[in-house]
Amino acid sequence: MNLVIDDVGFTYPGGAEALRGVSLRIQGGESIAFIGENGAGKTTLMKHLNGLLKPSRGRVTVDDWDTREHTVAKLAARVGFVFQNPDDQIVERTVIDEVAFGPRRLGQSETDALANSVAALEIVGLSDESRTHPYDLSASQRKLMTLASVLAMRTPVVIFDEPTMGQDARGLKLIGDIVEELKREKRIVLIITHDIDFCSAHFERVVAMADGRVLIDGPTAEVMARADLLATTNVEPPQLVRLAQALGLPVAPLTIDGLIAALPR
Amino acid sequence: MIRLADVTYRYPRATVPALDGLSFEVSTGQFCAVIGANGAGKTTLCSALAGFVPQFYRGTITGSIEVAGLNVVESPLADIAGTVGLVFSNPFNQITGARFTVRDEIAFGLENMAVPVAEMEPRIEEIMRFAGLEGLADRSPFALSGGQQQRLAIASVLVMRPKVVVLDEPTSQLDPVGAKEVFSVLRSLATTAETTVFMAEQKLEWVAAFADRVLVLHQGKLVADGPPGEVLASPDLGRYGLQPTRYTQVARAAQLAGLRSADTPLPVTLEQAVEFFN
Repeated sequence: MNLVIDDVGFTYPGGAEALRGVSLRIQGGESIAFIGENGAGKTTLMKHLNGLLKPSRGRVTVDDWDTREHTVAKLAARVGFVFQNPDDQIVERTVIDEVAFGPRRLGQSETDALANSVAALEIVGLSDESRTHPYDLSASQRKLMTLASVLAMRTPVVIFDEPTMGQDARGLKLIGDIVEELKREKRIVLIITHDIDFCSAHFERVVAMADGRVLIDGPTAEVMARADLLATTNVEPPQLVRLAQALGLPVAPLTIDGLIAALPR
Repeated sequence: MIRLADVTYRYPRATVPALDGLSFEVSTGQFCAVIGANGAGKTTLCSALAGFVPQFYRGTITGSIEVAGLNVVESPLADIAGTVGLVFSNPFNQITGARFTVRDEIAFGLENMAVPVAEMEPRIEEIMRFAGLEGLADRSPFALSGGQQQRLAIASVLVMRPKVVVLDEPTSQLDPVGAKEVFSVLRSLATTAETTVFMAEQKLEWVAAFADRVLVLHQGKLVADGPPGEVLASPDLGRYGLQPTRYTQVARAAQLAGLRSADTPLPVTLEQAVEFFN
């Protein structure tokens, strides 16, 4: 599975130009974090990958499929998308049916749909809530439920829009574990996040966007070392990188051990 | 300005209390942050300070809550609204849906307070600048990004100039610099306008840098209360489902590795960490 975004421009009806020529190549098994200020075009770009939006110019292909030639329903078999606001995607009355909704629509057998849903609920720690009404869950649990809905679809590409929003330390660890598991399964994992520490802990490649364009694209440590560029898109490097810079250390450490190792003895 | 005495609250049909024996006071102009794992009671506490708990959510409450001289457990919500501004964490819950431009959305609260139009306009302009919403005045609230909607929700409350502003994770959808700016705005509101700020938040780095005081809730109980440097460096934090800032973590690792003296107090902010390591 490869994703190719080729010189994509997009203008919303009403004239707001959200993407101004974005080109990216994403290989099977890659995991990438998209960062950048509110309004930079991150969500707009991701919505092009599952066909919710079609490019005004340029081309997006998901393997051999040009997204303009395929419906969202069909693309959903390849690209799973977890929205920022969980309430934008809730349709059923019990948690288990909500999670099974996607797999059923994709044509999984009832047995597979349920088995995948039960497994996904276990991964996000919501097994005990399968008969609960989605709106009786707390906001952070609803977010985890929508993660489970997309996991259950078993798509080769998974997109998370701000998955860590509103999560505490336990929720962060859980979502981090989910990302690691998806990476082990060699799926393409793309996230949009403002949580720079989360992004540097779990993603090897980072794309920073600003004003509808790609500002920097590269290995996480290299991107995070560019405080000057990141500042132009309202992003600050991770706490450890800022500390290393403030101490005048010549490194951009992404882990505690990395910073400790760089301290003068 | 805020006074709770032995407050215990249960949601309807709940077996365990969401708030359990809370007593504390917050003085005028203080910036007080409340932290805790999900489900610890932060949102319930914010709702209680604005009277929504128990007046809207029902349930049973004992003890007393006084905010700016009002008994918020019993005072009509309309009276409380003029004094206590509540910002929800999800801006979709805040935006009225009854106004079609950002400017009118911000005006909504002022209209309800019968503020004269001549006074309204400069206040709206001022707050839009404050919240970085210039240039968006004529956009539909629903055509904004999540972060812009969150700033609009904050602006709609601050424009009413409440004596006490209560915010439930108001920066959850903001980019890092935007989040820091909200903290900085609230800091200056507390310092210069003597607005009392009470904020539930997960971003401990900014809590450490900007708040005067931190409360920790765990299973509805108040388990820690003090200045950020003390509360956030405490080894107990993990027990309450909270992770210290990376500054505290790396300093502790350096102490354990014998690279720094175990007697030096742990840092919670970047500035303190620089001092710790130099």
